[in-house]
Amino acid sequence: MNCIIIDDELTARTIVSELCENTSELKVVEQFPNAVEALKYLNHNTVDVIFLDIHMPFLTGIDFIQTLKSPPRIVFTTSDTDFAIEAYAYEFIVDYLVKPITAQRFQKTISKLKNAMQPVLVGQTVDTKIPELLQDPDLYINIDRRLIKLKFQDILLIEAKGDYIEIKTVDSFYRVHSTLKKIKEKLPESLFMQIHRSFIINFTKIIDIQDNSVLIERSVIPISRSNRPNLMQRLNLL
Amino acid sequence: MGEEPNLNYIKEIAGGNEEFEKKFLAIIQTEFPKEKEEYLKNLDDKELEESAKVVHKIKHKLGILGLNDGYKLAIKHEEGLKYGDAKLKDDFMDVLKVVEEFILKIA
Repeated sequence: MNCIIIDDELTARTIVSELCENTSELKVVEQFPNAVEALKYLNHNTVDVIFLDIHMPFLTGIDFIQTLKSPPRIVFTTSDTDFAIEAYAYEFIVDYLVKPITAQRFQKTISKLKNAMQPVLVGQTVDTKIPELLQDPDLYINIDRRLIKLKFQDILLIEAKGDYIEIKTVDSFYRVHSTLKKIKEKLPESLFMQIHRSFIINFTKIIDIQDNSVLIERSVIPISRSNRPNLMQRLNLL
Repeated sequence: MGEEPNLNYIKEIAGGNEEFEKKFLAIIQTEFPKEKEEYLKNLDDKELEESAKVVHKIKHKLGILGLNDGYKLAIKHEEGLKYGDAKLKDDFMDVLKVVEEFILKIA
């Protein structure tokens, strides 16, 4: 996992860097004394993990994460316990380390990061979503005790059918015992949106929109009145 | 308060890497005097909120050097300064002196 460290204290950056160096799982690609410099870097680069201090000049760690459009996994490193509850309100916050960070505690962070990076199984209980910056995001579905990997970009649409959902992909069709709500939590918002009580579509697969329906491949999917404004907002209209 | 700084934490992080130990101590030796100076200047200027921010940074170093009582004192002092109360400044100054002496000793 590639990571960056953002902390105004050189001592703190040095400790986190050393802890990362002592493990094979993390590679520090950059370090920044403030969040503004890090933002500039992230405009042109992606990382898997950010170790982030909270109290910093110019831009606090909390302000910083609110500016990120597609945040990677974030681990707070701070001397302040006051923000712990607030931090966990964000699904991409994996851990909250109180300084000085011990090697033993850091091992737990690595385990949490590894868990957070694993592909998500439909129906599996997880406390975090797949980060959208993963290079090859997958969804595993359970069909007759076999786990089948679906690439997000191959999914066209998902339809709710009673206790089941039907997933239509570019070249196949799957029926899974799950709910639309459950699968929606596993899907990246940048690709998918719910346009009807019974339908989630891959937004990038729309061929055209007419009246109150969208055409995806050969399927005509209804758009509910309440979801129509959301859909229209996301269209790049000329 | 009687507690003495130690290098236990630094040695734990270094895991026998002497080069890292030296590098890390050099950083503390550089950063700490600057932070102490900044803290005192803010106190003189009655910029107590700014002083609190520096105490927050120094607090981490007290933890690194195993000064548990000093760390707890720093938490209280930081909170006090945020609300305009500097009554713990003398006690905190004693802790800073202990750190300063230790840094000179290991230099």
